[in-house]
Amino acid sequence: MLRVEARHQLGELLLDVELAVKRGECLALAGPSGAGKTSLLRVAAGLLRPEQGRVDANWETWLDTERGIDVPAEQRRCGYVFQHYALFPHLSAWQNVAYPLRGLTRQERLARATELLERFGLAERADARPHTLSGGERQRVAVARALARGPEVLLLDEPLSALDARTRAVAARELGGVLRESEAPTVLVTHDFAEAAQLGDRVGIIDNGRVVQLGTPSELAATPRSAFVADFTGAVVLTGVARTAPSGATRVELDGGGTVTSTDAAEGLVAVSVYPWEIAIEPAGEAPHGSAENRLSAEVVSITTVGNRVRLGLAGPQPLVAEVTVASVERLGLNPGAQVVATWQAAATRLVSV
Amino acid sequence: MTRRAWFSALLVVCLAAALTFLTLPVVAIFVDSTPGDLIASLGEPGALDALWLSLKATAASIAIILVVGTPAAYLLATRSFPGRAIVVTLIELPLVLPPAVAGIALLASVGPSGVLGGAIDAAGIELSFATAGVVVALTFVASPFYVRQAVAAFAAVDRSLLDASRTLGASEAHAFLRIMIPVALPGLAAGTALALGRALGEFGATLMFAGSFQGITQTVPLAIYDRFSTDFDSALALSAVLVAVSAAILLSVKLVRGGEALGIAPR
Repeated sequence: MLRVEARHQLGELLLDVELAVKRGECLALAGPSGAGKTSLLRVAAGLLRPEQGRVDANWETWLDTERGIDVPAEQRRCGYVFQHYALFPHLSAWQNVAYPLRGLTRQERLARATELLERFGLAERADARPHTLSGGERQRVAVARALARGPEVLLLDEPLSALDARTRAVAARELGGVLRESEAPTVLVTHDFAEAAQLGDRVGIIDNGRVVQLGTPSELAATPRSAFVADFTGAVVLTGVARTAPSGATRVELDGGGTVTSTDAAEGLVAVSVYPWEIAIEPAGEAPHGSAENRLSAEVVSITTVGNRVRLGLAGPQPLVAEVTVASVERLGLNPGAQVVATWQAAATRLVSV
Repeated sequence: MTRRAWFSALLVVCLAAALTFLTLPVVAIFVDSTPGDLIASLGEPGALDALWLSLKATAASIAIILVVGTPAAYLLATRSFPGRAIVVTLIELPLVLPPAVAGIALLASVGPSGVLGGAIDAAGIELSFATAGVVVALTFVASPFYVRQAVAAFAAVDRSLLDASRTLGASEAHAFLRIMIPVALPGLAAGTALALGRALGEFGATLMFAGSFQGITQTVPLAIYDRFSTDFDSALALSAVLVAVSAAILLSVKLVRGGEALGIAPR
């Protein structure tokens, strides 16, 4: 069990966070840079002393500003993976992993470090210096080092952001396995919602020093509590004015023209959010062939292939992004400049008052 | 000729002038006397005494500079406190002091009739006209070269390494010895070489503060000055030795820097 409460003014930003992580659980905090994610980890680790705060790890109090308790960082058993890994450049991989193992003979330290490196598939890289390791290997050494002392709490700061896209997918899967095995309560911070959703048992969205919403990844995606959360989880966000239609559904007059329907209830100024993969594309000027209530005319401005999916940038009354299959792009013969209709269900349309 | 060619020609002429002006005197030291002459005049007892004294005094002052200057530089590089900029400026001040002023300053502070002279005398320490005085003079003029470089070297070390060390349960003293010094080593070595060069060549402050007594306070630069009007060959021979040692120091700095560029040292 890890509990962190912190109030701390950081320049313009007021960090004001309260969170609890259970044993064996990984809480992933996602938010834009400058939201206070790293500062929160530093408070937990004892590298930053907040003006007001409390940190409890298992049955020990590490920080209580009211009672004047502040256990120094070196005595808190935190496994901390730094954003750029902070490997000691003059030490080999095994010496990095063995650094926290003091009071043992060189033989014992080597044996323990080798055991950890083997677990991470790095046994043959034990003598390599960090600058000769690949990004993915460096990341694994950093995680192995953080685990070497058997930490009570695991803190990971953007553990995948220093990796290239291809390495990241593999590294994320491996890290996920490590986190599932670990019993230590874990806080992971990232600027990437998809990464948080993949690695966290629960995800918190952090913005401007506060956790604005906390839940399972699917809860956050399905019921974003604010336009920021919707936008951050990858949704398309449109703005407009909502009123209840005679049918009971809500009609939203979009700024810039066009109307959409949602099954959510709302009145007045709203943010409309819909996920790009909910949006289908039809050629302009044809009769509607789906059951989708919402139809907006748009022009294709960009076509980006991501794996087997294609992201279409659309210029309509407000910008839209649709994610469709490669096959449908080919079937429709889409090119930049093509006139299309973007369609989606009223049930896939979330409304948030702004 | 086009304007661009003229400008390039001007650059080349300036470089050639600078190169000639700076190397000719040094080359002349070796041209003016045969190697045999040099070795023969080194056989003279006064010259060997001066060499030995220079090495001893320089080694002692470098040892003091490293032991005291390294932790001091680490503090300046890793902590911010009110007045830090003033402290840094005060430490760097001897860099720009004329050697004669440094000598006077040492006399006025730790000389026999200086501010602390009585206390030093009472402690039974003899500085003026003693080898210890030479060490004091060398340390005074050479330490800023090291401390300045060491502060820069420590400040350049990624702070997250210190944070990592703390989260891994190591004390700051442990991190200082095992992480900071090894990682900053190329910068520290360069600073040591600069201080070494400055200490070996020290003349004015030593002369004024410690005097020029053969075997006690007469270092190589003082011995050269002492005999250039009476025994020019011997002065030349000692100069040649200093040139060789200084060149070796410069070369070692370049090699350390080269190592840094080759990625042996961290970014």
